[in-house]
Amino acid sequence: MKQRFLEVSVGLFVLLGIAALFYLAVQVSNIAEYRDSDTYEVLAYFDNIGGLKVRAPITVSGVRVGRVADIAYDPERFQARVTLAIQSDHDHLPADTQASIFTAGLLGEQYIGLEPGGDFEMLQAGDEILFTQSALVLENMIGRFLTNMSTD
Amino acid sequence: MIDFLAGLGRAGLGWFAVLGRASMFLGRVLLSQDAVLRRFSLTVAELYSVGVRSLLIIVVSGLFVGMVLGYQGYITLVNFGAAEALGGVVALSLVRELGPVVTALLFAGRAGSALTAEIGLMKATEQLSALEMMAVDPYRRVFAPRFFAGFVSMPLLAALFSAVGVIGGYLVGVGLLGVDSGSYFSQMQAVTDWREDVVSGVIKSVVFGFVVTWIAVFQGVDAEPTSEGISRATTQTVVVSALAVLGLDFILTGLMFGDL
Amino acid sequence: MHVSRESVDDTPHVVIEDLAFRHGRKTVFEGLSMTVPRGRITTVMGPSGTGKTTLLRLIGGQLRPSSGRLWVDGLEVARLSRRSLYNLRKRMGMLFQTGALLSDFNVFDNVAFPLREHTDLPEELIRHLVLMKLEAVGLRAARDLDPSQLSGGMARRVALARAIALDPQMILYDEPFAGLDPITMGQIVTLIRRTNQTLGLTGVLVTHDVVEAMAISDQVVLLAEGRVVDRGTVDEVRGRASEWTSQFLEGRPDGPVPFHYPGTPYRDDLLGGKESRT
Repeated sequence: MKQRFLEVSVGLFVLLGIAALFYLAVQVSNIAEYRDSDTYEVLAYFDNIGGLKVRAPITVSGVRVGRVADIAYDPERFQARVTLAIQSDHDHLPADTQASIFTAGLLGEQYIGLEPGGDFEMLQAGDEILFTQSALVLENMIGRFLTNMSTD
Repeated sequence: MIDFLAGLGRAGLGWFAVLGRASMFLGRVLLSQDAVLRRFSLTVAELYSVGVRSLLIIVVSGLFVGMVLGYQGYITLVNFGAAEALGGVVALSLVRELGPVVTALLFAGRAGSALTAEIGLMKATEQLSALEMMAVDPYRRVFAPRFFAGFVSMPLLAALFSAVGVIGGYLVGVGLLGVDSGSYFSQMQAVTDWREDVVSGVIKSVVFGFVVTWIAVFQGVDAEPTSEGISRATTQTVVVSALAVLGLDFILTGLMFGDL
Repeated sequence: MHVSRESVDDTPHVVIEDLAFRHGRKTVFEGLSMTVPRGRITTVMGPSGTGKTTLLRLIGGQLRPSSGRLWVDGLEVARLSRRSLYNLRKRMGMLFQTGALLSDFNVFDNVAFPLREHTDLPEELIRHLVLMKLEAVGLRAARDLDPSQLSGGMARRVALARAIALDPQMILYDEPFAGLDPITMGQIVTLIRRTNQTLGLTGVLVTHDVVEAMAISDQVVLLAEGRVVDRGTVDEVRGRASEWTSQFLEGRPDGPVPFHYPGTPYRDDLLGGKESRT
C-alpha cells in the first residue's frame, strides 16, 4: 500500500517534470522552427550589417521565412558575408530578390527583409543575392545630413 | 604571523583532504550505480523523498518569482515603451538563469540538507556500520539510489520552476498590468531559443543536481557522528552547495552564452 | 563460571598476532596478541578509551591493522577481497551498543533484513524465521513497532535477533550492558549466555561491566594502554590479582591507574599563580 503510494506519486512527479519541459519547448521557445528545419541557404554580401546577429529573422512582406545562419567577414570582397537559411517551402524567390537590413522599431533588433524581384529564375541553394542594402547606421546618416546642410 | 600562516596551511591541507575524500567517495558511488536499476524500489522511495517532497516549495517559489519578474520587468520596460516584450524578459530570465539557479538553491535547502541529516544520523547511530557488518554495501544500498534520485529530480524540478514562473509572469503581466496576451507569448517565442536557451538551462540544472547531491550525500557520510557534527554538516551542505551552484553558474554561463 | 563442552573444532576462531593500530598520531594498539577459542565467550575488558570497540572493528574488517596480523576462521581479514570479506561477515553477527536498527523499518523488517538481502527464501519462510528469532529474544509481540518506539534494552534485543538471523558462527558484542537497568541487564546476560550455549556460538564481548561479564565469560582478556595486561579464565585472572587487575575488577578509584589526570602537583599550580603556557 505504502509502496503503491510512492510509485504513483513518483510517477506523477516525473510526468509533471516532463510536461513542464514540454511546455517550455512548445509554448515558451521556438522549437517549431527546429521542427520544420528543412532549409536551403543562400548568401548575401553587405557593406555594413550594423547590429545584425546570427539567428535574426528573415522576412518577406513581414512574414518570417527563415533566419540568419552565419555572419562572417570576407577579406577579399571587404564585405560582410551573411548566410541566410530560408525554409524550403519558400523556394519561389526570384533570383533578383533584394535583401535589406531593417530595424524593428526604433531600438528593436535588426532583421533581413527580402523584396522579390521580377526574374523568372528562382534562387537556388548556394546562390548569391546580388541586390543588397546595408543597415542604416545612425552616425553615417547624421554625417550625411550635416554635409547636405552645409552644401546647401 | 607564523602561527597564522601555519594555520592557513593546515586549513588548506584540510580542504585538499576533504576534496580528495569527496572525489573517492563520488567514484565509488558512481561505480555502484548499477544498484539503482537492480533495486528499483529503493530508487523510487528516494525519488519520492528527494523529488516529490520538494515539489511544493519549488512550485510555490516558481510562481512567486515569475510574478515578481512580471512586475519588475513591466516597470522597467514600460519606460522604454516596450511593455510588449515582457514575455521575452520573463522567459529568458527564468529559463537561462533563475530556473536552474534558484531551484538548485532551494533544492539544497530542502532535499540536500535532509539527505545530509539522514545519512549523518545513520552514521551516528551506527546504521551504516551495521549494514557493512551485515555484508550489505552501503554504497549500493544507501548512497547510490539517493545520488541517482537527486541527479534526476533536479532538472525536472527546474523545468517545473521555469514553467510555473512563466505562468506567474503571465498572471501579473497580462492579468494585472494589461500586457496583451498574444504578444506576451509571441515575444517569448521570438527571443527564447530552444537549443540555446532551454537546453542550456536544462544542462545547467543537470550539473547543479549532480553537484548538490554529491555535496549533500558526502557531507552526511563525512559528518562527525555526533549531534553537533550532524548539524554542522547540514549547514555545510547548504553553504557549500550555494557557493558551488553560484560559482558553477558563472562558469557555465560563460561557456554557454559567452560567444553570442 | 566455566562451561565445559566437548568441542569438535579446537582451532581458535580468532587469532591476533603482534597487532598494531594507529589512528592519526594516536597509537591504539601496539604488540597486541590474543586468541579467541571457538564456541566460547571471550570478554575483553579495559578502561574507557583503550580501543575495545576498535578491536571489534578490526575483527569485522571495518578497520585495517597498521601492522601485525589478524585471522578469523583461518582467513587473514585485512587481505580479503571485498567479496570474501562480505562472505565472512555473513558468518559473523555484531551487536552494536545502540542496537543500530535501521530507522526506515519496523522491528519485523529489521530482523528480516539480512534474510531478504542474502537469501532467496520465500516470504512465508522468512516470516517463520523472523518470528522464531523474535520469540527467542521475547519480542515476538513487538514486531510492528518502529525502532524509535523501543527502549534501549528492547532495541538491543531486536538487534540480537537480527544478528542471529543468518545463524552466524560468531557474534561480536559491543558494550551490550552499557546504560541498562538491572532487569534489562539480566535479560541481556541471559540471552547472550543462552545463544552461546544453545547455538554453540563464539562470542567476543567488549565491556567494562565487570560483574556481568565475569558471570558469562569463559575467557577474560584485560586491555590497557594498547596491549594485553592479563588473560585467562575468570578464576585465573581473579586469583592472580596484580595490583592493576584488582583495581580494575574491584573498581577502586585510585591505584596504578591514577585518579588525577597526569600533570604538575596541585601545590605547584596554586603557588605558581599564572597559567603557564608551553
